[in-house]
Amino acid sequence: MTTTTPFDLASAPAEARAALDAYVLALADDALLQGHRDSEWTGLGPILEEDIAFSSMAQDEIGHALVWYTLRAEHLGAPTPDEQAFRRDAAGWRNARLVELPRGDYATSLIRRTLFDIAKAIQYDALRHSAWPPLAVAAGKLRQEKKYHLLHNQAYVRRLGTSGADSHDRLQSALDALFPAALGLFEPTTGEAALTALGVVAPSAALSAVWLGAVRELLAQSGLSAPIATVAPDVGGRRGEHTDDLGAMLDAMQSLHRSDPEATW
Amino acid sequence: MYGDPTADADPSVAFGHDMPFYTRDWHFDPYHQRLTVARRGAPDAVHFDTEWGNWEVFIQEKRGEHHTHAGTLHAPDAEMAIMLAKENYARRGPCVNIWVVPEDAIAASAYEDADMFEHTTDKMYRDPAGFQGLRKKAQAGKERAGDEAAAGGNP
Repeated sequence: MTTTTPFDLASAPAEARAALDAYVLALADDALLQGHRDSEWTGLGPILEEDIAFSSMAQDEIGHALVWYTLRAEHLGAPTPDEQAFRRDAAGWRNARLVELPRGDYATSLIRRTLFDIAKAIQYDALRHSAWPPLAVAAGKLRQEKKYHLLHNQAYVRRLGTSGADSHDRLQSALDALFPAALGLFEPTTGEAALTALGVVAPSAALSAVWLGAVRELLAQSGLSAPIATVAPDVGGRRGEHTDDLGAMLDAMQSLHRSDPEATW
Repeated sequence: MYGDPTADADPSVAFGHDMPFYTRDWHFDPYHQRLTVARRGAPDAVHFDTEWGNWEVFIQEKRGEHHTHAGTLHAPDAEMAIMLAKENYARRGPCVNIWVVPEDAIAASAYEDADMFEHTTDKMYRDPAGFQGLRKKAQAGKERAGDEAAAGGNP
């Protein structure tokens, strides 16, 4: 990967600015909704120790969302992170559909988390080389936390995939159900091509290829298979086309803010 | 400009491994001799769907310092124990290293023998506090000896 001239936001054409904003918004929305969905397990985890670990990872993800929303607020003219998170209807969200789906059973949440974390690890790893320095710095910082997330997920997927028919079958069912939506993580945001030409972001198609390789490797070690050949990506999220699950999720997530916008804690 | 991310010549610099970090197999490696012992001490027959063993967790806040006991958790093996210990016991304060020890590797004294640890006579000499003021006493002794020497020494 060769380095291009740094991307200067101030002198960038309006199109590139809008494309960058859409890209960062997708990063933020993916992280917040993944974190929020996982936080639904707090107090309900399969064992106490895992409840705490999984909740902690959910908090990590919400922290990542804050980094991305703050980046938009500081550089791209977006309102405060709270306003971005709590004053937006479903049509304004740019997350992949994967992260809005209901939490399902624990196998579903674990597999979603696994597919998500591998994708984000690859994406943040690549974005460290962004020609827009604020994006490169933030990606480098968040990448570090992905190490534990990968380790956690691998530890469970390898053991559960190979330790008995019930746990294996639950993981495989979750994979089969989630794979199309996971491929949707790589649906390009509006104007992505302009940004890749400037070296600001990595092409989603290339990230997707790396992701498939990494996912296949883990699944092969775990006695599981990726239903790649048989599925088409479930896309639309990056254009604001969402399932009804997102509306219900936002009703819950935004209810406090809607009832009292000035509430603090 | 971005090319093929797989051709990235700069894999995983931050972690010092020679594979991209997202394709590496992540484990808490039992590089430490004590952890190897702990793993050997773990029960052989682990049933993932039944009761897990207890592990005692020790946290080292800074390299070179003592590991201190942080708490207990359930896990099926040493690697899982460290993985869970990270978020259960090292998520707030500083930590550079974790030990986990299977509960059945610990031998303990009996509370009935607690009287052995009581001090029935004065053992202040074992306590640093018992030596407070010693320098002053020594200094006073030297001065006294000096005075006596000036006055003609000992008979």
